[in-house]
Amino acid sequence: MNNDPLIIAGKTYNSRLLTGSGKYKDLQETQEATEASGAEIVTVAIRRTNIGQNADEPNLLDVLPPDKYTILPNTAGCYTAADAVRTCRMARELLDGHDLVKLEVLGDEKTLFPDIIGTLEAAEILVKDGFKVMVYTNDDPIIAKRLEELGCVAVMPLAAPIGSGLGIRNPYNILTIVENANVPILVDAGVGTASDAAIAMELGCDGILMNTAIAAAQNPVLMASAMKKAVEAGREAFLAGRMPRKRFASASSPIDGTFF
Amino acid sequence: MKITLNGEEQELQDDILLGQLLEQMQLAGKRLAVEIDGEIIPKSNHAHFKIENGNRIEIVHAIGGG
Repeated sequence: MNNDPLIIAGKTYNSRLLTGSGKYKDLQETQEATEASGAEIVTVAIRRTNIGQNADEPNLLDVLPPDKYTILPNTAGCYTAADAVRTCRMARELLDGHDLVKLEVLGDEKTLFPDIIGTLEAAEILVKDGFKVMVYTNDDPIIAKRLEELGCVAVMPLAAPIGSGLGIRNPYNILTIVENANVPILVDAGVGTASDAAIAMELGCDGILMNTAIAAAQNPVLMASAMKKAVEAGREAFLAGRMPRKRFASASSPIDGTFF
Repeated sequence: MKITLNGEEQELQDDILLGQLLEQMQLAGKRLAVEIDGEIIPKSNHAHFKIENGNRIEIVHAIGGG
């Protein structure tokens, strides 16, 4: 549906499915699953380079070349605003000035829920520093609006804890966030299977960012393809507008003209 | 001189430039970012940036993540 693009920070994307590049068996699987998902935006993490080991080992960005994919560096593992800001600046240097980032400031290891105070603080610094910030947040509509007002280019509420696969746990909050928003809203985290992705899109989300649902499937490449279709189907269903729910039956065949 | 490279102490020859250090580590030309004592050293400065005793050097790259 090229007449219904996703626009983030002024750039147009045909795919509303964004994928992570973590947890795959190897780089080949990363490449094949990413390709099958149709994703145009792919997240990466920034970590220390292994010193003195396998100088020739293949690099993630060789299989996900930045001229083909929009690379979205994340701040995964950051528990303070300062660490997140530092990570984004390193990422910008690494990617030759590319300034689209996924901000996450985490609150605790068990839930990986966002630390909202730290998230707001980092978002403000990064926006002032010229970054285009796509921000991971909880499903609180008030905070989502604050992050938009701070200048984030996309707000990405969790649907369930990162890597949990529990699905859309609070659809009404996601709906409220979507209805209030003037920037793209993407569900980030919590999707477990294709129907979850469709539900998020049917709520009116502009896109979905997922990693584990694909990477931890028994067949990640096939699941990537399923997710692509689910996101497209959910989007079309949202645009089509679903029928009203009724408690009782309504015959699809006419009563007139029966001969019995 | 002594430096700390990605969290590990290392002994290094005196008078070495960042570009030379990256060459020695077979990292020249790779897609990475370098921070020294908390300051990012832009790629364009690597060739003539002088490493000092006690520098804390971080070299990072992109890996899989969600």
